[in-house]
Amino acid sequence: MKVKITVNGMLYNKHIPNDMMLLEFLRKYGYVSVKRGCDTSNCGLCTVWVEGKPVLSCSYPAARADGLNVTTLEGVKEEAASFGRYMTAQGAEQCGYCSPGFIMAVLAMRRELTDPTEEEISNYLAGNLCRCSGYAGQTRALRAWLNDKPWEKEGQA
Amino acid sequence: MNLRYVNQAVPKLDGAALTGGKGVYTEDMVPRDCLVVQVLRSPHAHARIKSIRKDAASRVPGIACILTWEDVPQIRYTLAGQSYPEPSPYDRYILERTVRYVGDPVAIVAGRDKDCVAKAMRMIQVKYDILEPVLDFETALDNPIVVHSEDDYFHHFDIGGDQKRNLVSSGCDADGDVDAALASCDVVVEGTYYTKANAQAMMETFRTYTYLDHNRRLNVVTSTQVPFHCRRTIARALGLPKNMVRVVKPRIGGGFGAKQTLVSELFPAIVTLRTGKPAKIVYTRKESFQASNSRHQMRVHVKVGAMKDGTIKAVDMHALSNAGAYGEHASTTIGLAGHKTIPLYARQAAFRFSWDVVYTNTMAAGAYRGYGATQGCFAMESAMNELAEQLHMDPAQLRLMNLPHVGENMAAYYNEPLTSCKLPQCIERGMELIGWKEKYPCVKVDDHRVRGVGMAVTMQGSGISAIDTASVTIKLNDDGYYTLMIGATDMGTGCDTILAQMAAEILNCPMERITVDGVDTDHSPFDTGSYASSTTYVTGMAVVKACTELNEKIANQGARRLNIHPERAEFDGDKVYDRTNPETSITLDKLAQDLVVGEGTQWLTATASHCSPTSPPPFMAGFAEVEVDLETGETKVVDYVGVVDCGTVINKNLARVQAEGGIAQGIGMALLEDINYDPKGQMVNSTFMTYKIPCRTDLPEIRVEFQESYEPNGPFGAKSIGEVVINTPSPAIAQAVYNATGVRVRSLPITAEKILMG
Repeated sequence: MKVKITVNGMLYNKHIPNDMMLLEFLRKYGYVSVKRGCDTSNCGLCTVWVEGKPVLSCSYPAARADGLNVTTLEGVKEEAASFGRYMTAQGAEQCGYCSPGFIMAVLAMRRELTDPTEEEISNYLAGNLCRCSGYAGQTRALRAWLNDKPWEKEGQA
Repeated sequence: MNLRYVNQAVPKLDGAALTGGKGVYTEDMVPRDCLVVQVLRSPHAHARIKSIRKDAASRVPGIACILTWEDVPQIRYTLAGQSYPEPSPYDRYILERTVRYVGDPVAIVAGRDKDCVAKAMRMIQVKYDILEPVLDFETALDNPIVVHSEDDYFHHFDIGGDQKRNLVSSGCDADGDVDAALASCDVVVEGTYYTKANAQAMMETFRTYTYLDHNRRLNVVTSTQVPFHCRRTIARALGLPKNMVRVVKPRIGGGFGAKQTLVSELFPAIVTLRTGKPAKIVYTRKESFQASNSRHQMRVHVKVGAMKDGTIKAVDMHALSNAGAYGEHASTTIGLAGHKTIPLYARQAAFRFSWDVVYTNTMAAGAYRGYGATQGCFAMESAMNELAEQLHMDPAQLRLMNLPHVGENMAAYYNEPLTSCKLPQCIERGMELIGWKEKYPCVKVDDHRVRGVGMAVTMQGSGISAIDTASVTIKLNDDGYYTLMIGATDMGTGCDTILAQMAAEILNCPMERITVDGVDTDHSPFDTGSYASSTTYVTGMAVVKACTELNEKIANQGARRLNIHPERAEFDGDKVYDRTNPETSITLDKLAQDLVVGEGTQWLTATASHCSPTSPPPFMAGFAEVEVDLETGETKVVDYVGVVDCGTVINKNLARVQAEGGIAQGIGMALLEDINYDPKGQMVNSTFMTYKIPCRTDLPEIRVEFQESYEPNGPFGAKSIGEVVINTPSPAIAQAVYNATGVRVRSLPITAEKILMG
């Protein structure tokens, strides 16, 4: 089938197999930040945004994104790098394989929740698994980042 | 010593690339025209293949090759990534007519894309003679069903196995008369403890791609912890000369031991050899659960005897381990169950440690962080907590009065001397942090919820004594920057960074001047790989040696150019100068440039190898506080404190995250992670829905502190950190649950059902 999908502002006018998932579509066109960690929508590694809302691209048919705007980590590079520095300041990225999906969820959370409590944060991000860190370093990075609000200084949305 | 880089919280060198989503992992680098490889696997736990029909499947458009047992070399090998000669038996073929577990490979299918491969997989017709499997490891020994009856089964050396008895390995290690010592004790406790076959569950599943280069050599790019062992085993299994194989390790998405076994490498490798084309395999999560390796399931029986005052006089342990269908890491993991637990209590005690490892028709076990010590720790530390209760002693006090002392030989630890230990301080600090005095044994929260606390201590090693070997080359490049070449494998742990910290410290230069290069078996120096908690301690020492040597070479070359006696030359990191006349100097930039161009050039490199005769143990004390709902049995860890002695902490952040992550995995093992098989031998946990690893709402805020001892044999006084941190949660949580409820769970995981059923 034919789809028109906008990825990070660039329009892709493509023929795709009907059963292609958004994850495969994105990786095919070079958005390699998008990782697959499971087959059952449990790990959060493949988190991207469709119209600004986080979705699991492994189980989101590419066809559903027809006519929509998709954002991957590559599309929010500077904001991701800004939060990424809080992660690396804690050593919390470890193997890094879950980092892009986690960061996309964190940036979405920042847009969605105002002054979230610890519990709200934990629940919002519960679907993003990490096997290396035990999450503690991620939490420290998040606290520091939410506290500093660098996006205000950097004039981001 | 005034340290600038070591003992600091230096960010990981690759941190920006990893958090920036760069394409630095194996699958991100696959060539575009790569064949897709998938493996058709046995649906039966034990069977003999009668026939395979693949002609129709082969005609599916896009299929490049389909290989079955008749098409592969009949060469026995082991997939365990261990130093040659491997202790693991050679009990595998790439494909074999007999299949030994649900998931054993039956056919390798390669094609243009996943769709044609999937179609061909469905069209392959396999007829099996279905055999009765042996699934229960407690009945496997001397069972009439024999898992390995092949006559080319091979051992490099005797590990106490007997394939006709399903026995992979057995043995006994003892000191003193245990039976007499037990008979003379005031109190003896005895218990049998069970641990499960946990999945390592690293976020990046197994994956490999292969291609032939311009010299027709097989290039293997793979997510591995053991590139050099990979090279050797791939060459053997495929019948190739070793010089025809090159292995490259890119960034790794976690390993935890799983990638110390060659899981995915051989399938694309043989496809590339047969077709001449690049080939890739990417394991699904299901395959990673069902057809790779796991922690060894164990049953550990412990008998401990003590005098009334708490002096432990006898420790008797027998461990039975389930190797599964193949013997990777079987004889070595079992050793750690006793060798890394008994020494904590054998100071004044006779001990006996005996073991059996058996084959069954379940997935082969392998290496998983802790490597047997974790299983042994659950048993031994649980027994110690039970002993403390019998003695009416505080369990912390029981430990404090029996621990080994620095300077003593540890008979139960390969007779190695204890050269550094701050475990007593770890225990005392942990008690303060958790609030032991106020909370032990339990505090009632309300009419149906109780909070209990529990503790455990543990030790691991730092590399394998006299075996693990690391080589390092440091090069001075033109313009005065360095390349640190290592064969150790950063799998997310940050070893590239901590080794660069050590190099910067010795070369007295900013971290930015050091580029870390690894791992490519064509140019990296030999390293046994990153496992057995070896990298900081063993490879770290090779870095110290190589950089010290390069310092001297730079000073000597500077002296030549300054026309002074080498003994007068001093290198301060930026320049070489005359100690008696500091005005006479040459900058490193100038010297480095002069050394590579023109007359009298001498490109400077230093290579050093290191192998330690001993494996100094790191230690940890773990304290758990749990809240149990007495009406439902629901248990939540509300606080966990880990205090670690890993010697000098090389990187404060990375050591801390290692500890927090290890504790989190340990909590998963204690409460959640539960691999099970159905009666026909099909693993029922193959997704993150059925195999639950901790997510952030399952964990407390894990609190970690360090009590740094100084290990005289380690680089900058360091020992290891990677594995010791996973061991304490199971016994500490089991004890906390007991203190809250009076129910002692001796079989992991500790579920609500087990607590409620008593």
